[in-house]
Amino acid sequence: MDPESFLSIGAFCFVLGAVFSLVPFRKGKSLLYLLPALAALNFAAAGLYLAFGEPANILSFPISSVFGFLFCGDALSGFFIIAISVLTFSVSLYSIGYTSSMKHQGLMGFLFNLFILSMIAVVTSGNIVTFLISWETMSVVSYFLVTIDRDKESAKAGLLYAVMTHIGTAFIIVSFLLLYAYSGSADFAGIRASAAGFPLEIKSLVFLFAVIGFGTKAGVIPLHTWLPKAHPAAPSNISSLMSGVMIKTGIYGIVRIAVDVLGKGPEWWGIAVLVVGAVSSILGVLYALMEHDIKRLLAYHSVENIGIILLGIGASMMFRSGGLYNLAAVALIAGLYHTLNHAVFKGLLFLGAGSVMHATHTKNMDDMGGLMKAMPYTGLFFLVGSVSICALPPFNGFVSEWLTFQSLLLGFSSASVTSKIVSPLGGAALALTGALAAACFVKAFGISFLGMARSGHAEKAKESSGSMIAGMAVLAVLCLVLGVLPGVVTSILSPAVYSLTGAVGPTSAMSFLHIDETAASLSPAMILITMAVMSAATLAFVFVAGGRRKLSYGDSWDCGIPALNARMQYSAAAFTKPIRMIFKRIYLPRRELRVSYILKPFFVRSIKYSGEITPFFEKFLYEPATDVIQKIAGKVRLLQSGSLHLYLGYILITLVLLLIFGS
Amino acid sequence: MEYLQFIIIIIFSPLIQGLIKKLKANMQGRVGPGVLQPYYDLIRLLRKDMVVSRVTSWIFKATPYIVFASTVSAAMIIPIITTRSSFGMMGDVIAVIYLFAAGRFFMALAGLDAGTAFGGEGSSREMTVSILVEPMMMLSIFTAAISAGSTNVARIAETQNLFYSPPHILALSAFVVAVVAETGRIPVDNPDTHLELTMIHEGMLLEYSGRYLALMEWAHYMKQMLLFTLAADIFFPIGIDSGGAPALIAASFGIYLCKMFLMACAMALIESARVKLRFFQLPSLLGGAFVLAFLSLLTYIMIGK
Repeated sequence: MDPESFLSIGAFCFVLGAVFSLVPFRKGKSLLYLLPALAALNFAAAGLYLAFGEPANILSFPISSVFGFLFCGDALSGFFIIAISVLTFSVSLYSIGYTSSMKHQGLMGFLFNLFILSMIAVVTSGNIVTFLISWETMSVVSYFLVTIDRDKESAKAGLLYAVMTHIGTAFIIVSFLLLYAYSGSADFAGIRASAAGFPLEIKSLVFLFAVIGFGTKAGVIPLHTWLPKAHPAAPSNISSLMSGVMIKTGIYGIVRIAVDVLGKGPEWWGIAVLVVGAVSSILGVLYALMEHDIKRLLAYHSVENIGIILLGIGASMMFRSGGLYNLAAVALIAGLYHTLNHAVFKGLLFLGAGSVMHATHTKNMDDMGGLMKAMPYTGLFFLVGSVSICALPPFNGFVSEWLTFQSLLLGFSSASVTSKIVSPLGGAALALTGALAAACFVKAFGISFLGMARSGHAEKAKESSGSMIAGMAVLAVLCLVLGVLPGVVTSILSPAVYSLTGAVGPTSAMSFLHIDETAASLSPAMILITMAVMSAATLAFVFVAGGRRKLSYGDSWDCGIPALNARMQYSAAAFTKPIRMIFKRIYLPRRELRVSYILKPFFVRSIKYSGEITPFFEKFLYEPATDVIQKIAGKVRLLQSGSLHLYLGYILITLVLLLIFGS
Repeated sequence: MEYLQFIIIIIFSPLIQGLIKKLKANMQGRVGPGVLQPYYDLIRLLRKDMVVSRVTSWIFKATPYIVFASTVSAAMIIPIITTRSSFGMMGDVIAVIYLFAAGRFFMALAGLDAGTAFGGEGSSREMTVSILVEPMMMLSIFTAAISAGSTNVARIAETQNLFYSPPHILALSAFVVAVVAETGRIPVDNPDTHLELTMIHEGMLLEYSGRYLALMEWAHYMKQMLLFTLAADIFFPIGIDSGGAPALIAASFGIYLCKMFLMACAMALIESARVKLRFFQLPSLLGGAFVLAFLSLLTYIMIGK
């Protein structure tokens, strides 16, 4: 079979899934999610073909001589198709159980299929118009998915999302129009061919607009505000897709325009992307730490991981402009590898959060606790996701962060002093991010799954259904496989990276990476085997040295005060208090303590404590901007007085002006 | 032979701990326990029954093994008496730091698992300290890695020149602070206390008993010796064998033990001469060390060696 037939079978399955979802029946409807799962398998096959094969035209449908629909795929598209398909497969399995008791089941199924199809369309678009239409479809469909619950919170989040995403689209349109104006071609291939001749200022302008536009979708700081609101508002299978792959279409756009179409740029492009990445990663994880809402926490981690991806991509652009092509390849592999990894582990974590919320009916971690015993599988998979996102060996996050570290260290061999200073600092930012992420997931996992149940709901929690566990299991296994077999991923990536940078990057085998420039190697499988063997050896050793010893259960140490209860445990707010204090310049925390007394100051009736951090960008960037816009809108309103005579006057004036200047 | 050098760490790490304790006691005018005391403690703990909190999950019981195994894995990567070891292909210095991070991650989870305030307090503080230490440690290693042109620990050890330049000294001072913080010593943490309000590392271990506690303590000793070894490899690689001849390896082993003894003296001296800092004063110490590490990098860029 060829990629075209895989793609058409896949697309057919999606359409079938969408149409059948609208048929009004309820019983067994959620089994329809087997269709997108099947489609995902087909698309994954097609993605593999594209990743290794020649660029191919998939579907071309001209409307006029200039515009028309054009879908084509190259190795880069193939890689993103694989990432989308992998997550779609697992989320579809998960959705069978997850949506079975949902209110708007039919609509959900319809939008779900359409959403994935539109994402595939985005990464295979061959010209400007196709891209924009697919992009807009994706945005609108995801808006409807965010607001599918039709409550106040999701409506508000949806509005913010719609506004932000359209601001982003506006920037993308401007950058595309500039490309069209200067190249005279609407096809990406045609633009690429003539891009070398563009004036540098125009190229830089296109670059800036594209980074802002796509950065809004990807959720880089300070354009991230919609992300921590929209992702939690959506149902969890959708949050998983949005965070796992939809925001990656922003990364795809940046790579497609800034790396592929525009070609080699000046050094500051790469440095700009790198700095944006560093800021996003640190601030993203810092804000994540302060969240007690498990889905908002995960959403902020998406901001962080997009930052890590951009560290790799920025470093790659920087090296490329300095002529260090092999290093550019290492850095680009790092960024794209992390893109795939983030899709897998963040998808897994959102699905885990969905299961937890399904079982406990709360998003607040301080109302969970002790779920490890009630939900052993969900707990295990959430732990795998947490370990992966914290980049702990031998799971997948570690490999891509290791590659990012290597590429940032390599920045030193660049000729320019700026990149010599910027790249190790990027490395330090990555180290800080890693440590913060570890703290954040100790909190997220420890507070929600360990200890005692913190609420009645958490006590009564039940493990999720089989299909939900299966969906998570697929991703958890992938977290390990992508971690211990990095050679497989780099071989999928290397055609794309070779076509973009002209170099192959690290030497790799199945489970072995070697960077020639730093003489550094990594073999995650060896680490895994060593750890397994050492654990077994330790187990054997303690039995030999200590003999069989009794294991008895007792109460936790309570300082002699009887009856420890769940309220005495460390809470999420307590856990992060030291971090809140150390980074208070960033958080600007506010606290309010209200004490009412029976007899001051000894007998207290009640104490009310509330604390929050200042949402910096919302308060100092978005609120003033909204105020200004509203003020201008108020002024403009004067024109619209409601008087018919005045409107007739406007028409008259326009007519006169046209007659004077139009001739 | 060279593949088994990590066993040195497993066997000798309690001795280093005992040595530091003894030296500290002597400096403070006490007799102190014998240098072999940690071995007796470990044997005693291994032979005891265990009491585990009813609240805990399997994480609590798996953690000692994970921590021990990840520390041993790190020990395999680091060259100890000879740089001729193929375990360098398993990972580099970044992998070592992340293996430590993996151990710490599970230790912090175990601290939260029993549902007590002490465990949570220990976890919270440990993770906070690690946030401040990890980037600083990474940056100080970066300077060495860049000047050696590699992150492979053996390559770093082989290529370090013996003449100390300003970047090295700055990086070393930052690294020493990192070692103090990572091993839970004064002025960051007090290893000899079980006082609720000040403990960091001990807080997480509070619920452990028997062989679990033995493994956790032992892993902690190993981590301490590994960090000393890493410092020796990166900053004083003089004398480390790279050829593999038995006589040279024996000499290298002797030199290595001397280096470890000097490090132990330095730690005992720091611990006796300093007072423990209040927890919220730590950012100024560790932030200062971060600045040192950054300066080391800047001077390296300017001086170029």
